[in-house]
Amino acid sequence: MSETKIMLGNEAIARGAYEAGVKVSAAYPGTPSTEISESIVEYEEIYAEWSPNEKVAMEVAIGASISGVRAMASMKHVGVNVASDPLYTVSYIGVNGGLVLVAADDPGLYSSQNEQDTRCIARAALVPVLEPSDSQEAKDFMKYAFDISEKYDTPVILRTTTRLSHSQGPVILEERAEPFDLPYERNFAKNVMMPGNAKGRHVHVENRMNQMAEDGYSMPVNKVEYNDTSIGFITSGIPYQYVKEVFPTASVLKLGMVYPLPRKLIEEFASKVDTLYVVEELEPVFEEQIKSWGIKVIGKEIFTKQGEYSATLLKKAILKDTAETRKPAQVPPRPPILCPGCPHRSVFSVLNKMKIHAAGDIGCYTLGAVAPLNVIDTTVCMGASISTLHGMEKAKGKDFIKNWVAVIGDSTFMHTGINSLMNMVYNKSTGTVMILDNSITAMTGHQHNPSTGKTLMGETAPIIDIKKLCEALGIQNVFEVNAFDTVALEKIIREETAKDELSVIITKAPCILIKGIVFPDRCVTITDNCKKCGMCLKPGCPALTKNEDGTISIDATMCNGCGLCMQACKFGAIEKVNR
Amino acid sequence: MQTKNIMIVGVGGQGTLLTSRILGGITQDAGYDVKLSEVHGMAQRGGSVVTFVRYGDKVAEPIVEEGCADVLIAFERLEALRFAHFLKPDGVLIVNNQRIDPITVVTGAMEYPDNIIEDLSRDYTVFAVDAMAEAKKLGNAKTFNVVVLGVAAKHMDFSKEAWLSVIERTVPSKTVELNQKAFLMGYESK
Repeated sequence: MSETKIMLGNEAIARGAYEAGVKVSAAYPGTPSTEISESIVEYEEIYAEWSPNEKVAMEVAIGASISGVRAMASMKHVGVNVASDPLYTVSYIGVNGGLVLVAADDPGLYSSQNEQDTRCIARAALVPVLEPSDSQEAKDFMKYAFDISEKYDTPVILRTTTRLSHSQGPVILEERAEPFDLPYERNFAKNVMMPGNAKGRHVHVENRMNQMAEDGYSMPVNKVEYNDTSIGFITSGIPYQYVKEVFPTASVLKLGMVYPLPRKLIEEFASKVDTLYVVEELEPVFEEQIKSWGIKVIGKEIFTKQGEYSATLLKKAILKDTAETRKPAQVPPRPPILCPGCPHRSVFSVLNKMKIHAAGDIGCYTLGAVAPLNVIDTTVCMGASISTLHGMEKAKGKDFIKNWVAVIGDSTFMHTGINSLMNMVYNKSTGTVMILDNSITAMTGHQHNPSTGKTLMGETAPIIDIKKLCEALGIQNVFEVNAFDTVALEKIIREETAKDELSVIITKAPCILIKGIVFPDRCVTITDNCKKCGMCLKPGCPALTKNEDGTISIDATMCNGCGLCMQACKFGAIEKVNR
Repeated sequence: MQTKNIMIVGVGGQGTLLTSRILGGITQDAGYDVKLSEVHGMAQRGGSVVTFVRYGDKVAEPIVEEGCADVLIAFERLEALRFAHFLKPDGVLIVNNQRIDPITVVTGAMEYPDNIIEDLSRDYTVFAVDAMAEAKKLGNAKTFNVVVLGVAAKHMDFSKEAWLSVIERTVPSKTVELNQKAFLMGYESK
């Protein structure tokens, strides 16, 4: 079989896992990593799951590896923070079956709360990192990652970036290897990380990293291309493609293993080129190590630590290219917005009307921070809404948070919000938590979670009842409200925020994009009744447009008939009709 | 062959994905190296979306840089205006003459610009098509993006037969005929 297929970087990573004979894959969705698991689940030979968070996913993969099969976890860069507790210690334990963590960085912040560089975490955790530069390499490096994981007794990180994960290119397909399945044997000294054993394993870890740095000289993933030696580049991943685009005749050392660095190979390359540049997005990870060896390189003094690179950026920085291109036109921005019929819009429009502040979280509902809703005051990380609200109360007193709520989605609540809510119970908070339950992990493209009743593999699963879960924590005030009943919502928010007790309000209505959910109605305007007051426009639904004469049109193809605009209209100028 | 640069721009939810899959398929059929690049995630929520397609003997970077696009396909006219400066001086702009208000216009904070097509035509080679109306004639407005692709295809290096064949392979089998008709509607328009 030598079929060539155009594949997304993430699809190629999944294909690599398949061909490597992986048996178990666990993940939590997060852009730009989500399609890895969504592609893996197409291969029925692999067990694949969405775990409630990245720490759990990492530990599932570790267990599978210890038991003797090839296993992987995948997540976005900030997910690695959540998984870093097991990661730092599995670095000591090593593997039985190969173990790979796919970490997806987001230079340019297309869909993230920070721009951290996974290579920095890998250095701290003493875990080797491979970094492919196109779809073909994504597949090939994934297979190689499992090989070196077993050879050096180490977990391996495969680092991708948004641009690689979401670019497509040709990939040559190969057969799946016979799945690796070693017998399990108890190994106390290797698998039980208590101080005495960990001391011994730390020696292994340091030796392993030194050995890998040395072996990096001849690893097939590290490639030297000698051409014109007046200019040389050390680079990796997607930035390699920008170097090739602008300097096709230059000499290039392309690092496939980006940690640990192959010092001898780098020293040799540096000695053969006149001017040496290091081209790496984000942090100067290569540059600082290479400079520490006394090698003269040009790096972040001319390149930025922020955002994605491009061929244009290299031309400007190295060639001092000042060629003028046409200026972009000044046009109204088109930021992402909540969909027509989104239940979050209803909740936020009520909070906005009541002038309530919200400690926010990570999901579609983060868009409640921007105009015209302007409700969310803080966004930190998954689960932080609940704990930051608690911190505010402890700092400023319970009256300070009488006009505050925490808002968190169902999936994010299951991810880490539950821990924060336990803390509120334990440490006697009086805050109000709103769980915006739309029955799906929406932002990343509709993945299931423990409260939705389906698994990644499409099987029916037990539904963890969020209301009962909150009640089981001992919270007295737990309420479920229809997210579109603005009258009931306003009443319950007013009552619960006034109480000197902890409350949870679960707003319920499904995400309109969930497959199979039918919306029977749509909203239409009765123009004769319209007083042109514009109240219906306040929640910012994109299906509504103001006509030249001040009346309103509702786009029939966009409207999902949620009725939020109808509730906002005091003059009966909007009604629901059957689609 | 020098690498060709195509861009597809539009509003999240307009179906740029199908268009880029068809483009990927046809360039591969012709034996070229190809890279396509787009960003998912937030873009699905009604924001601006951009897809880059590059093909040639050997393609390095996956993105199209400003001032480098041979063909810019815009599914909405404000998006055409937003990205027009990506075109080469001799590049062509194919624009679906549809208006979708961004939230900044819906809330009244900003105005949707007037006369976009006329203004663009002063600086660029523009082919505007009312693809929604054309697609409705076929009985399915959703195929408007294939009508637009048909117009754009006139400015690329592949035969009509090659396009029809890749459409047949790429779209769901029930909609092959409809999509081929939609394509020809654009391809054979004046």
